[in-house]
Amino acid sequence: MRSNRRQVLAYAFRQTLPVMFGYLFLGLAYGILLRQAGFAPGWALLTSGIVYAGSLQFVLVDFLATAASLPTVALMTLFINGRHLFYGLSFVERFQAMGKKRPYMIFSLSDETYSVLCGMAPPPGIDRDQAMFLAALLDHSYWIVGSVLGTLVGQLPLDFTGIDFSMTALFFVIFLDQWRAAKSHLPALLGLGSALIFLLVWPENFLLPALATTAVLLLLCRPAMQAKEDTAP
Amino acid sequence: MNLYALLIVLTASALTILLRALPFLLFGGGRPMPPLVRYLGGALPAAIIAILVIYCIRSVVPFSLSGSVPQLLALGAVAALHLWKRSTLLSIFGGTALYMVLIRLPLFA
Repeated sequence: MRSNRRQVLAYAFRQTLPVMFGYLFLGLAYGILLRQAGFAPGWALLTSGIVYAGSLQFVLVDFLATAASLPTVALMTLFINGRHLFYGLSFVERFQAMGKKRPYMIFSLSDETYSVLCGMAPPPGIDRDQAMFLAALLDHSYWIVGSVLGTLVGQLPLDFTGIDFSMTALFFVIFLDQWRAAKSHLPALLGLGSALIFLLVWPENFLLPALATTAVLLLLCRPAMQAKEDTAP
Repeated sequence: MNLYALLIVLTASALTILLRALPFLLFGGGRPMPPLVRYLGGALPAAIIAILVIYCIRSVVPFSLSGSVPQLLALGAVAALHLWKRSTLLSIFGGTALYMVLIRLPLFA
């Protein structure tokens, strides 16, 4: 049993390795900004611990520094993190079976954890729920450690510029795997298409409109998608 | 202790948690998922991942030699490695290493 726990941890660690580099690097950058705005390491621990949303936290640094109004903070949170509404949908049934771990799984469903969980296909002998929980916990820890380190060291003597590309690569690999496994490429193509269009017309804030448009298009394509599924061999 | 800053952090935290929990509050607790929601849960992940890939490389627009080319070349390397070896870690490390080398070349610096 104990050796199996270690195998599960090793598996979860391997799955989250790319996120580790991405989170440590981005967390470091976030911590440095937070420190420059005049906030001590405790604030990195607090924000990364209980907000745990990378792109929102970068905006929060400005809000904290300028003491922005709470409605502004609320609106920005809904806008930047609105995409998380869509993430949970794919895990409602999966998390249901996870008992005491369920609240934490829901809380910690960041972009990167979402993608790691989507890409998880553990070999036989590895408990999938346990591996998912450990992966979520590891990701959260990387982010906290990175951001606290950022406020502490300010700057590393080594030049790690570019290591955040590992997150881009992670998303892309998951995209390629899903593409190969998918019965229909329509969802991926609709996502790519609307993201590209909104990126070109509204680069600062394209994420949420692209997601909403894709969801609407997927709803419109539902009869076609399901007809295809029914006739599939 | 800066109380107002704490309020800002708590607001952001509470709303983020609400957004993440809403699908589970609506369709958890044994209530059967409507077929429409089940359909979206199945079809959305591939679409969201596609959107997130574009989100990650959003800085390639507007196009510039130093800002766009290293990302696109490294992305190509990830695809080639992944189609060739099908090892997630190798594809990610290979692509990232290439990216880190490319952005240090005088051509892209």
